[in-house]
Amino acid sequence: MTDLLVWPILLPLLASLLALVFPRRGDWIGGMASLAVLISAAWLVHSVWDNGVIAVALGGWQPGLGIALRADGLSSVLLLMVAIVALTIGIYATRYFDNAVVRARFWPLWLLLLAALNALLLSGDVFNLYVTLELVGLTAVALGALGGSRDAIVAALRYLTIGLLGSMAFLAGVVVLYAAYGTLDMVALASVVEDRPATWVALMLMTLGLLVKSALFPMHFWLPPAHANAPAPVSAALSALVVKVAFYLVLRLWLDVFTVALHPATAWMLGLLGAVAVLWGSYRALRAPRLKLLAAYSTVAQLGYLFLFLPLLAGLPDGPAREAAFGAVVLFALTHGFAKSALFLGAGVIQQRAGHDRIEELGGTARALPVTTFVLALSGIALIGLPPSGTFLAKWQLLAAAVETGQWVWIPVVAVGSLLAGAYVFRVLGHAFAPGDRDGSALAAGREELPALALALVATVVLGLAAGGLWGFLDFAAMSPGGAR
Amino acid sequence: MTLANGLPVLILLSSLLPGLVIFLLREDSHRLRTWLNLAGAVIKLILVGVLIWGVFHEQVFETRWMLAPGLDLVLHADALSVLFVTLSTVLWLVTTVYAIGYLEGTPHRSRFFGFFSLCVTATVGLALAGNLFTFVVFYELLTLATYPLVAHKGTPEAVRGARIYLAYTLSGGVILLVGAVWLRTIAGPLEFVQGGILGDIEGLDPWALRWIFAFLIIGLGVKAALVPLHGWLPQAMVAPAPVSALLHAVAVVKAGAFGIVRVVYDVFGVEFLATLNMLPLLGAAAAVTIIYGSVRALSQDHLKKRLAYSTVSQVSYIALGTAIVGPLATIGGVVHLVHQGVMKITLFFAAGNYAENLGIHKVSEMNGVGRRMPGTTAAFTIGALGMIGIPPVAGFVSKWYLGVGAVEAGQAAWVLPVLIGSSLLNAAYFLPILYRAWFRPAPAEWPHEHPRSGRWEMPGALLWPPVITASLALLIGLFAAAPYSPLEWAQLIASREYRS
Repeated sequence: MTDLLVWPILLPLLASLLALVFPRRGDWIGGMASLAVLISAAWLVHSVWDNGVIAVALGGWQPGLGIALRADGLSSVLLLMVAIVALTIGIYATRYFDNAVVRARFWPLWLLLLAALNALLLSGDVFNLYVTLELVGLTAVALGALGGSRDAIVAALRYLTIGLLGSMAFLAGVVVLYAAYGTLDMVALASVVEDRPATWVALMLMTLGLLVKSALFPMHFWLPPAHANAPAPVSAALSALVVKVAFYLVLRLWLDVFTVALHPATAWMLGLLGAVAVLWGSYRALRAPRLKLLAAYSTVAQLGYLFLFLPLLAGLPDGPAREAAFGAVVLFALTHGFAKSALFLGAGVIQQRAGHDRIEELGGTARALPVTTFVLALSGIALIGLPPSGTFLAKWQLLAAAVETGQWVWIPVVAVGSLLAGAYVFRVLGHAFAPGDRDGSALAAGREELPALALALVATVVLGLAAGGLWGFLDFAAMSPGGAR
Repeated sequence: MTLANGLPVLILLSSLLPGLVIFLLREDSHRLRTWLNLAGAVIKLILVGVLIWGVFHEQVFETRWMLAPGLDLVLHADALSVLFVTLSTVLWLVTTVYAIGYLEGTPHRSRFFGFFSLCVTATVGLALAGNLFTFVVFYELLTLATYPLVAHKGTPEAVRGARIYLAYTLSGGVILLVGAVWLRTIAGPLEFVQGGILGDIEGLDPWALRWIFAFLIIGLGVKAALVPLHGWLPQAMVAPAPVSALLHAVAVVKAGAFGIVRVVYDVFGVEFLATLNMLPLLGAAAAVTIIYGSVRALSQDHLKKRLAYSTVSQVSYIALGTAIVGPLATIGGVVHLVHQGVMKITLFFAAGNYAENLGIHKVSEMNGVGRRMPGTTAAFTIGALGMIGIPPVAGFVSKWYLGVGAVEAGQAAWVLPVLIGSSLLNAAYFLPILYRAWFRPAPAEWPHEHPRSGRWEMPGALLWPPVITASLALLIGLFAAAPYSPLEWAQLIASREYRS
């Protein structure tokens, strides 16, 4: 059963090597590997559902020496999200890259990124987190530069530099931790960690690194150019997955491992930055001239919402309300992953068909590309947080937690953020519905449109109507200290 | 057992599924689309018939689906939901026929009828919502489903009108959401119970409740077009005539008014609200809206705009009824939910016919139209007389109960002047239209005359809907005391509300 934890990492890693050796077979290798990863992820979720936490020490070394892998509700559900999004992005990519040379470069990097993402989610110790985080960052930069345009390369280099600074900070935090506690295994750390200065310094350094990686305001500046200039499938992965795993680490460190050191003041600080990110990101998205830039700024705003949950989780006492809020933040992250990847893929279709993605000139899109317009609308609903999307439920719980803890200040932030999101989504749709010179046959859905549609439907319908089991699956009560480990 | 639980879901599916299929249809598969539309509407009508019978015999219909911890999607049928479901189902069938005739030969019909069906699904979902959370879900869905209908023509004015509509309704939705979340957090699951639930919960801060009530009413007031939140309604009349008819009579405006009724009677409880002293505020907002809408209607030359301001005014009779404590006023407000719908849809159908057949958009162009289009104009006349409150048309019944209810509750001093003043204003903006239509000579040439074909003044699909709804407005006024009439049903609701 413990093999389950290895497959999601090993499969894409091997496939990446294969794709490097057989560049012409990239589509086939990549597709098969993505499918296999999805199956292994689904299997993993199934067995975590049945048996609870699964852990394994590779090579039989005791924890602290070898590579510890661990899957619980939180990591396995994110793993499943990564696997689904990756498969659809892969299918889309077979159509998107018409240049054989670029495609030959895409697949090895892309599969390596997938392996790194999965390894990060399944890591059981803090040092491996650093290694995988670095690997994710480097492959993401390389993928972002694939387009080869001058803007793309400048943005990728900036992304590289800032990403390295972030990893350095994270590594420094890891070093301090090791010096203080002599172990890097997360389970072991959680039981020995104390609320003292060494912990604070370590946590501060690691968090700083993660804030850069997850592009929380004001460390967000690198994200919009990097995400907007990458090829569409890469943008989708960057916005939906890469920044999301950095936020996963914030959740993991703050709410699982270092719970004792979670002070309300720190959480408030992060919440405030999140609030500014919501407002600033949404405002910039509204002013964005291009669709992909809009999507990128929207990511800045949506990550802000995720950080808003931290002061609320810190303020809620253990109990149903806290569990509800924790499930909500995960649901929010999942929904955003699906919705944002759908939006980027849709934007890519428009960019390829129309030759540009300038919002002002989208007239006629609704007629020429009805399915893609529908995708934009569906993912937009999830970004605004309207029913029946998962975001609506998450926002409801977010507001409820704000009322519960008396942290009223977040309520206007969420309200204004939602309205700004409404404004930028319907600005796009308004232009798309306007008459234009382009015309097309109705409902000619291409292979590149269907993956985006599937992702958008998951975000807006499946996660909104059928995610009721998520809270039980996450089993937050068992994750926090005092519960069964 | 299974049927009883599944019936509300089936009622939703009867318009949702045809809608989804219609989206996928090719533009030229006209017959299949028409068939799907009508089949869905008729099936829904039959299912609603079963529902009426069951609710009358106190059978419980309820479906529950957990979306998140503490957040259940509940579909539940009680007397009030049946009233609204029936209204929307009947008028949907009529409007579908009208829309098929109206849009014949225009582009994007699959898109139109797809969203049209979604719009009705959302409205029926609102009617059947069993708690405030479910209500909010469908309230937002309704916004989403109507936006493409308002923008349907794709002209710059249509897109602009739709944008204004959206700005208002999304803002209202956010305010409603905040109020609903707040109340849900301090008071637990807000299942709709006749007589209200908050009065029985100990330890609620009255000031918090007052704020929440204000948030809810503002959020709902946007769709119900309470002044000063009504600005979108005259702009949204750029929509095609069947959409305007639906928007003004059943879907959007009525959803707001229905929400106010729900919040007042089934969440707070009208007697508990009276102890919070919030009813006078609601009453004042309604009274101002009634008078303001009528005054603005006076000066509109554009027919649909005049009707739109008339809606602003008329829908607030419902809010006025809820603001007066007493069974008779409750009956007047609740029954107006139905009466206004039937009368206003007639007026919009007729306005659409004038525009379609003769190119008439303005009141000043309506001279002598009665002789050219007698059927349509007769229907328009019945609707207009009902709006003024002339017996035996349905509007008289609502106003009578509101007036008597106000006297019973000892509030005649401000309600009666509002009712009388508004009736005079209604007469002042409707009677000149009727005079022009019937007694002024027709001009030598109509603005844009459609060539006449067939034996009637218009194609049947456009002529019969207003004639049918006008007859309905007359019948429910004449036979208001008959069993299963809207009035009797409103009395049932009022008796259950004031049982304690």
